[in-house]
Amino acid sequence: MDGAVPAVKMRDITKRFGSVVANDKCWLDIYRGEILALLGENGSGKTTLMNMLSGIYFPDEGEIFIDGKPVVISSPRSAFDLGIGMIHQHFKLVDVFTAAENIILGLPGKLDIHAAKEKIMDICTKYGFVIDPDQKVYDMSVSQKQTVEIIKVLYRGAEILILDEPTAVLTPQETDRLFAVLRNMRDDGKAIVIITHKMHEVESLSDRVAVLRKGHFTGDMLTKNTNIQEMTNMMVGRPVELNIKRTETVDPKPRIQVQGLTIKDAEGTVKLDNVSFTANSGEVLGVAGISGCGQKELLEAIAGLQVVESGSICYVRDNGEKEELIGKDPLKIKSLGVALSFVPEDRLGMGLVGDMDIGNNMMLRTYRDSKGIFTNRKDPYHVAHQMVDFLEIVTPSVETPVRRLSGGNVQKVLVGREISNAPTVLLTAYATRGLDINSSYMIYDLINEQKQRGVSVIYVGEDLDVLVALCDRVLVLCGGKVSGIVDGRKTDKRELGAMMTKLGGMTNE
Amino acid sequence: MNFWIPLLFNAVLTGAPLMFGTLGEILTEKSGNMNLGVEGMMYMGGAFGLGAAYYYEKIAGESANAIAGLLIAVFFAFLAGAIGALIFSFLTISLRANQNVTGLALSIFGTGVGQFAGEFMRVREGGYIAVGAQMKAIFQNSPFPAVLLNIPVIGKLIFGYNIFVYLGVIIAVIMSYLFNKTRVGLNLRSVGESPATADAAGISVTRYRYLATVIGGGISAVGGMIYIMTIAGCVWNHEGLSGEGWLAVALVIFCLWRPLNAIWGSAMFGALMILYLRLSIPFIPNQIYKILPYLVTVIVLIITSLRNKKEDQPPAALGLPYFREER
Amino acid sequence: MNKTPLFHLSMRNEITKQYAWMVRICSFLFAILLGAVIFICLGNNPLEAYGIILSGSLGKASGIRQTVKYAVPLLGTALALAPCFRMRYWNIGAEGQITAGAMAATFFALNCKTMPQLPLLLVMAVAAAIFGGIWAAIPALFKAKWGTNETLFTLMMNYIIIGVVKWLQGGPWEGKPGSQIIPNFVDNAILPKVGGVYCGWIVVLVLVVLMFIYMNYSKHGYEIAVIGNSVNTARYVGMNVGRIFVRTAFLSGAICGVVGYMVASGAHMTLYSDVAAGVGFTAITVAWLAQLNPFVMVIISVLMGILEKGASSLQTKLAIPASISDIIVGIFLFSMLAGEFFIRFKISFRGNKKEAAA
Repeated sequence: MDGAVPAVKMRDITKRFGSVVANDKCWLDIYRGEILALLGENGSGKTTLMNMLSGIYFPDEGEIFIDGKPVVISSPRSAFDLGIGMIHQHFKLVDVFTAAENIILGLPGKLDIHAAKEKIMDICTKYGFVIDPDQKVYDMSVSQKQTVEIIKVLYRGAEILILDEPTAVLTPQETDRLFAVLRNMRDDGKAIVIITHKMHEVESLSDRVAVLRKGHFTGDMLTKNTNIQEMTNMMVGRPVELNIKRTETVDPKPRIQVQGLTIKDAEGTVKLDNVSFTANSGEVLGVAGISGCGQKELLEAIAGLQVVESGSICYVRDNGEKEELIGKDPLKIKSLGVALSFVPEDRLGMGLVGDMDIGNNMMLRTYRDSKGIFTNRKDPYHVAHQMVDFLEIVTPSVETPVRRLSGGNVQKVLVGREISNAPTVLLTAYATRGLDINSSYMIYDLINEQKQRGVSVIYVGEDLDVLVALCDRVLVLCGGKVSGIVDGRKTDKRELGAMMTKLGGMTNE
Repeated sequence: MNFWIPLLFNAVLTGAPLMFGTLGEILTEKSGNMNLGVEGMMYMGGAFGLGAAYYYEKIAGESANAIAGLLIAVFFAFLAGAIGALIFSFLTISLRANQNVTGLALSIFGTGVGQFAGEFMRVREGGYIAVGAQMKAIFQNSPFPAVLLNIPVIGKLIFGYNIFVYLGVIIAVIMSYLFNKTRVGLNLRSVGESPATADAAGISVTRYRYLATVIGGGISAVGGMIYIMTIAGCVWNHEGLSGEGWLAVALVIFCLWRPLNAIWGSAMFGALMILYLRLSIPFIPNQIYKILPYLVTVIVLIITSLRNKKEDQPPAALGLPYFREER
Repeated sequence: MNKTPLFHLSMRNEITKQYAWMVRICSFLFAILLGAVIFICLGNNPLEAYGIILSGSLGKASGIRQTVKYAVPLLGTALALAPCFRMRYWNIGAEGQITAGAMAATFFALNCKTMPQLPLLLVMAVAAAIFGGIWAAIPALFKAKWGTNETLFTLMMNYIIIGVVKWLQGGPWEGKPGSQIIPNFVDNAILPKVGGVYCGWIVVLVLVVLMFIYMNYSKHGYEIAVIGNSVNTARYVGMNVGRIFVRTAFLSGAICGVVGYMVASGAHMTLYSDVAAGVGFTAITVAWLAQLNPFVMVIISVLMGILEKGASSLQTKLAIPASISDIIVGIFLFSMLAGEFFIRFKISFRGNKKEAAA
């Protein structure tokens, strides 16, 4: 391929959201016949940069060239016209439409579903997709939806494809299938960008890698000329010490006993299948697994937020008394004297109230405790002030709505509130997702501190390096089943990875 | 037979204004805009439609052509509703005002404009606004030749209605075809279901919402005109018109947002509205019949939410503003 | 081939109070201007017309009384709706809840004629609150259990209860046979007057303060605010969202019911099907424009009262049909709604500098 003229050239692109600079004078070159991995931590501006290429956002400053010609991409429509197609992380599909209807949505010309289906089947054969064009989207699995999204872009004759973290929701087999398809497309001469922060994907799939850090472009190079350490350094800005402190366990005794837990979602899909384990006090129990393998359901079941099909979840008191938690809502659990704290994955959508200030958010767990019909407004603000100082939360004041804080500070508010209740069980889901290195380490420290206090911590994570470094034991979930519990001090990433993908692990490794 | 045929016949006639009100609102809601101003737009349509026909006849005098009068009435009624809907669209689509509140404001404004225009004309023209017999006939009589009308039993039942009933059926069929078989319909439905998806697919959410809402408002308003020109006998009657718009909103739910259902649905609502004239069941007083349409609608609403079938739900984005860069 | 967007919209982050009020005042002036255009089109002098509106509604004691009479139910209902809207629960059934309350109160007014005044008035108030509350709680119950769309459900409930009152009016409760009118209440069932207007105005003013406290300082108010922001967060901390839906809807309906009772007993001294007279709908816009702030609602309701009363003066003085008030109110609402846009969003215009650079 001639690599001389890039298919896409972005120069000095700047985009601001209010006072936040999402991209600052970013450069990017994308070539045909290549897979480019756009690498960066969460919040580094990868998605924003690509959204400007696909017409979702309009840059405040900067220029974009397609095949050397300057262009203005003012809408998704103009992006299509330039042959640019993006597959978003949150699929943009109409639930009540069929696959075929979604694929041809927005195209000009007469509506001819039959011709469209034929063309869809052609694309499927060409690149190796499997799909039923008449299936309604609400009946589809995540990976099927993704397939529809990709075909939608190809159907429009896109030459430049952008995929935003496409593997986040896929099983290993599905990921392999996706990568095979992407390689077929590359060999077909298309320019492909995949946004990711997973190093092994960069290594196994991409030809070229470009790195963003905090909205700045830090450089690009051929994948074969670099290595993981170098890429990591570029992503985080300075060499990181990947060794997280792990304190010794403190007198571990059973605290939460889960027996034969089975959970089905509203559609009747089994999310957790006969899960049994014990979480001890004074230790960190890690939970590993591909996202969507039942982690969320597991934590919510313990927290009393999930309808359970069968099984039992017992809380064991210090004196050995057991308390069944299933069938009790969070209030009931609290009234039993079980101090359970939960840092959910969706911070602003579940853990906090975005439009309320820090003080008001402090009240969420305690507002009922005051006597009478009125809320106590003084104490929460007092706690809030202390917390802001102690956790070094960057905020104009405690009266600032938490929505306006940055991701790391939002998480500090949430974790701070949850541990301020002196819990005996701390559930955390993706506690450091999207956080910068410093904030992440502060969270790890807080978790260790809780462990020292004898708290039973259940830590659901996605970064295997962290799980291996932080947790005393790691429970691995695969497709809603427990594929094993391993000692954090004796295991490594490869073993966890293999267990997470049981099938793949056993055949390949 | 002597009971059912006149009931059915009159039910269809009574339901005709509703059919237009409903079809217009279905079009609007399919785009994700919930315009609760139907009542207001129907008032505007009623007053302006009547006014247009009256003044046309007055100005043209001897040379007045009844068909032209009908077209002018339809045109001005449509225009009035479309202007009302345009205000709504501008506020909710361009300025992202809350749809419920804006719709209610349009209801207040529209009924005001309608009543004001009706009153104003009445006072200015000395107390009585009515069009001539020839004009009246074109609005109220069947457009078909007497031969067809005289077919026993079914003649009147099929061919006996005024022209608007047939026009309504045609609009319903066209809309149904548009929604399900054309690209415009597919695009429109996607805007109502998931504007972000439509936007990402290059469909102009703004343009579809504006067009659907404005045209829908126009169609609804024509319904108000039909009420005045047929049921109210070409005389301004704000009492009678009151509530038609809300009934149309109910019918939209009853029809599950499907235009073809509006054809029989409007006849059914029409039947429920006039049932008390023809059928008196002891213990069920007259006025109670009139709440039946709302009761059935509530029941339909409950059943659909219980069954939770995706295809029967309101458009997913109904009532929600769309702002692309909302984060 | 593609043109740069002419302007660009973004959400405002910091909104200063002064700016917001400046925009609102501008919207108001704009509405006055639009109204003036309408008066000119009708061939009237707008200054004269506005003068009549003002002098008619505020110039004389009798005018002020009328104005207050219009404003009281409007304010009461807007206050009733505030918690529902804060919870993002679209109760647009205030019209029906007012009617339901008035109906329940009337039942006792007609059937307990011999009771002394104070107990009778209290019984009527309680009955109105309970029935209005139940009428509002039914859709909330379905919303809580099955997610039934409350906007449409509460809307339908309006016409069901109005139909029932129509039936009562011509049936069981009819006074003179054939009159279609329910007889006037006995004196004991009529609210006393204070300052020439039935005492409802005191009730709603007290309610303004109570509602402000309820919304901002009570545990209920806190729960409502959390749910309005994120139902998931509410569930996460163990709030029973369904129960709070029903509870808040009941409260809202109960206040509407009391408003209905006050209107029937204090203003009309009887019940008829149009007792709510659109107040339930107008109040929604009042509550919204006041941003659910009870004190701002007072200002807006009084303003609406002035327009209502002023319009009837216009009818007598200039022979302009009184329905002009709905038109002016509509214009006023449209302008204020449009104004909110400039408070929430920022428009930045782009020049053509990009084409020039390219």
